[in-house]
Amino acid sequence: MTTDLDRLLLIRHFEHALLDLFAKGELNGTTHTCLGQEIVPVALAPLLGPDDRVFSNHRGHGHYLARFDDPAGLLAEIMGREGAVCDGVGGSQHILREGYLSTGVQGESLPVAVGAALHLRGSGALACAYIGDGTWGEGAVYESLNLAALWGLPLLVVVEHNGIAQTTPTELAMSGTIAARCAAFGVAHTALPADDVSEIRTVLTPLVSAVRTGSPLVVEFAVNRLGPHSKGDDTRSGVSELRDWYREMSDVAGFAEADARARDLVGSVVREVKARPLSTWGRHAVGRDA
Amino acid sequence: MRVVENLNQALHEVLAANPRAFLLGEDVLDPYGGAFKVTRGLSTSFPSQVITTPISESAITGVGAGLALCGDTAIVEIMFSDFVTLAFDQIVNFAAKSVSMYGTRVPMRLIVRLPTGGGRGYGPTHSQSLQKHFIGVPGLDVYEMSPLHDNRDVLARMIAAERPCVFFEDKVLYTKRMHEVDDLFTWDLTDGLARVHVDTPPDCVIIAPGGVTHRALAAMRRLLLEQEIVCTLLVPSRLHPLDAAPLVAVAREAKSVVVAEESTAGGTWGAEVAHVLHRELWGVLRNPVALAHSADSIIPTAGHLERAVLLTETTIHDTVLESLK
Repeated sequence: MTTDLDRLLLIRHFEHALLDLFAKGELNGTTHTCLGQEIVPVALAPLLGPDDRVFSNHRGHGHYLARFDDPAGLLAEIMGREGAVCDGVGGSQHILREGYLSTGVQGESLPVAVGAALHLRGSGALACAYIGDGTWGEGAVYESLNLAALWGLPLLVVVEHNGIAQTTPTELAMSGTIAARCAAFGVAHTALPADDVSEIRTVLTPLVSAVRTGSPLVVEFAVNRLGPHSKGDDTRSGVSELRDWYREMSDVAGFAEADARARDLVGSVVREVKARPLSTWGRHAVGRDA
Repeated sequence: MRVVENLNQALHEVLAANPRAFLLGEDVLDPYGGAFKVTRGLSTSFPSQVITTPISESAITGVGAGLALCGDTAIVEIMFSDFVTLAFDQIVNFAAKSVSMYGTRVPMRLIVRLPTGGGRGYGPTHSQSLQKHFIGVPGLDVYEMSPLHDNRDVLARMIAAERPCVFFEDKVLYTKRMHEVDDLFTWDLTDGLARVHVDTPPDCVIIAPGGVTHRALAAMRRLLLEQEIVCTLLVPSRLHPLDAAPLVAVAREAKSVVVAEESTAGGTWGAEVAHVLHRELWGVLRNPVALAHSADSIIPTAGHLERAVLLTETTIHDTVLESLK
């Protein structure tokens, strides 16, 4: 059985493996790791059902791995190998799988999530969109909040507020607060630390139920981005002193064993996927629905 | 029947045929029924399928894409096509890419309707023909309304294609009659391509989107009666991707070819069509394909100034003469 800890560690080691592959020149293009933010999707995973639609962003590996037990498919996607989720066409930030879609333009997914929520309204399912604090610079966010509140849509917006957008700290980009912006639209807002998986679930379970009946909600998590924006582009100092669940949980019973298991699992996935042939693109085949 | 009534009827049929088909837009509800009355009666007949929206072009286009992604049919009305720039990201980077960038093709029935063009004195930000900005976007189809193409067939084709599309509707067409062609000419329709002609091989082939139909016909009439110059007009319903083969077949037999459109100069649809024809008919064409379009200018408001900028019957007439020199 996969525990929350296993899932957290899988994401952590997966992201480290990507940075390692990049350093060795074995990955094409770019990637954005979610190091430090793993708790958010892992905590949310059991609160989201198979009929819910999840919209992820550029920093979405954790979102994917918390929803699908498929590190090999994701790595194959990022490496352009056989068995890739989207044949290697989308890559790190453009993934589509049943009930899950990520795309790489800031704020773009929110209107789409509103459309999905409109489709789902009354069914008990919801649309969940992950965005960052930097996304709040985009006008589409506000058009979407307005519609979600106006139309009473089952929209859950999860904000991973890591205090930095690429290299720009929030205080140079945001006037006022996310809470006040939500209040202006009559959208419920709750702020949470991203420290404790079960605490997050306890707080969110009733709130997410309310979303399902048409009360949109913005959940703002305070998280630390422990890695660079993409790779080797961190301009901050003092990152190593930021709080890290990995360090804090390391003396929990069974941590070392779980950590070793996750490390080994990712290691074997990397070896196995690297050995696969290149992916092929059946570009005209009509395929999977979202 | 007027074009606006035909389009209105087509929309009624789409909503009636599928309870999961939606129409979204600003001011589309009855009794107003949309700025150009295209949606008149729809919200009364289909109250749960017609959704009035705030002034949020980006979001409502994204909402349409979200509905389409979930398997619904979504028709989004942008009140003036000029405002589609506000939805450019949703169309180009979301809808068009979603059908293509996830490895296999994702079917999406999204139609973005765009009342378009000048000639009504609405000024620089309410009169443009922005088709050219959507030509060559992978995964996106570009259609233009025409008085020769029944909109019921056009919408059915868009929906069957399951690809997101933009539908440019020249505003001057709304009040014109469907299928009304000058007595001098006969017309036919094959696979979405309308052809207006006389019973003689043409000197010049004019290729034009639907909004230019009447201006092209007026130029053709004058050329025939005053100078005995015979023209054939070809009006494709889908501008991009363009089915070039039937255009090439007709153009091959003519002395010259003119592509006429209302877009302002530079990077036009016509330049793309000309390129295709040059590639296919190099060594066969007697003259380079000639382009007729509006001036390289913003579109002024005052009638006399607007007429000096926009493509007119005279622009086409003169371009045809020039192309035959």
